[in-house]
Amino acid sequence: MAFAIPIRKRVLPGFGLSLGISLFFVSLVLLLPVTGLVMQTADMGWGRFWQVVTDPRVVASYKVTLTAALIASLFNGVFGLLMAWILVRYDFWGKRLLDGLVDLPFALPTAVAGIALSALYAQSGWYGGFFEFFGVQVAYTPVGIMVAMAFTSVPFVVRTVQPVLEDLPLEDEEAASTLGASGSQIFRRIVLPAIWPAWVTGMALAFTRSLGEFGAIIFIAGNMPYVSEVTSLMIFVRLQEYDYAAASAIAAVILLASLTLLLSINIWQARFLRRLHGR
Amino acid sequence: MQHSRGIGQTPWVRLTLISVGVVFSVLFLLAPVVFIFQRALESGVGFYVQTLLDPYTRHAIMLTLLVAVVTIPVNLIFGVALAWLVTRFEFTGRKVLMTLIDIPFAVSPVVAGLLYLLLYGNQGWIGSWLDDRDIQLMFAWPGLIMVTIFVTCPFVARELIPLMQQQGTSEEEAGLTLGASGWQVFRHITLPNVRWALLYGVILTNARAMGEFGAVSVISGSIRGQTNTLALHVELLAQDFNIVAAFVSASLLAFLALVTLVAKSLIEWRETRRQQQEEQTA
Repeated sequence: MAFAIPIRKRVLPGFGLSLGISLFFVSLVLLLPVTGLVMQTADMGWGRFWQVVTDPRVVASYKVTLTAALIASLFNGVFGLLMAWILVRYDFWGKRLLDGLVDLPFALPTAVAGIALSALYAQSGWYGGFFEFFGVQVAYTPVGIMVAMAFTSVPFVVRTVQPVLEDLPLEDEEAASTLGASGSQIFRRIVLPAIWPAWVTGMALAFTRSLGEFGAIIFIAGNMPYVSEVTSLMIFVRLQEYDYAAASAIAAVILLASLTLLLSINIWQARFLRRLHGR
Repeated sequence: MQHSRGIGQTPWVRLTLISVGVVFSVLFLLAPVVFIFQRALESGVGFYVQTLLDPYTRHAIMLTLLVAVVTIPVNLIFGVALAWLVTRFEFTGRKVLMTLIDIPFAVSPVVAGLLYLLLYGNQGWIGSWLDDRDIQLMFAWPGLIMVTIFVTCPFVARELIPLMQQQGTSEEEAGLTLGASGWQVFRHITLPNVRWALLYGVILTNARAMGEFGAVSVISGSIRGQTNTLALHVELLAQDFNIVAAFVSASLLAFLALVTLVAKSLIEWRETRRQQQEEQTA
């Protein structure tokens, strides 16, 4: 097997030990569990598989999940860019606190975020009444799913754009400004071309995370069939019916989708990193 | 001063952008946490303490701690070994390995739970074998630990890899040349260099291990006093319409999140100060 043959002569010790531990762990924890899913779905046959994953209720859940994740990621694209910008370019009182606050959605357990958001955006909560005034019901509707997804994926765009913005040489902007370019021209012609690969990466990561989010959503979604069920929840529904095969089929769809996204993001990042470093 | 240069420095642009960012962050990010503590304490401190002393809550706390205590060392060893492997050696399959460890971050935790249920549940090929020997992993505490290890395994490695790549191997090679053993080099050179990243990786692992919901809810069965972790306890209480008690349990986890954030800020602050000192001495 071609795997794990060192290309360069090794100077440091520990290759065998660290390879052994890593491969053992990856096989046991990450790869072995997939065999159960493969066997379960292989058993059910193509016809049944197709029937399960195109069931109208499941298809409705794809639509809800994809739409909500898309809107939540676009929201984070705007909000994340703004946050990255003010954290890098301006000095103001409380900046460190604001910077720490950005990581809160990663630190806060999703179930805790879920129960807090659902109570806040319910009609009786602090925000529910406000939105009700404009005729928008957030909690227990697809809008609530978007809020939960947006909340849990806030850090992605900020944390991918921030370092790129920090490394951006200010001289280019100054030169453009000396030559008479306006602020918005400089932003579109100089800043945006430099940050957009990171910006897109951040939104793609936020999107991937939103597709898989569960804990925060089930509290606020209301989980009405055909209306506000996300695909992760459909696995649960099938499990409660003791239909392990159907649960596996839906899981296989989610797994394939997220692996495709993960690979695309990695390839995308590698391409731009090479270009940046001129390799 | 660097910050007064570049575009967007007109006072009104500055003020508008900062205000929008701050107001939004406070309303959207901070308010939910404040709300949790307000709801948790709304029936008074007496009720708060009494709820925490409830046997089921106490059991949930202990189980959550147990899961974290087992998960951390396992993922610490794996994270260090993997980081050492991919940053110190070039080999075929290195990229594949680095993509593989991102899987737990990309996959829905519910799918993660299901994978384990299908394999180790009594219908799975390992599970049925174990079932014949009266060993039950799913719907029991070992299963909780197994899925938690899955969802938290990338954290330590993810923190270590960029740092170890950046630091390079020259110090370690010098140590070897001077006659130190591989183990000595690791303990006296590598570990001190990466200790803060390692600590941060552990903090993240801990936060996620204690707060994990999706994966554990698939394989837990949420049996009160048996397989109910704190995060699951929050859901169970909310389903019982015991909302204040749910917020009391949630406040413990929210407090953990705040501690995590403070620790992160401290580590970052130390790191920037160290870099500044190095620049000054250089």
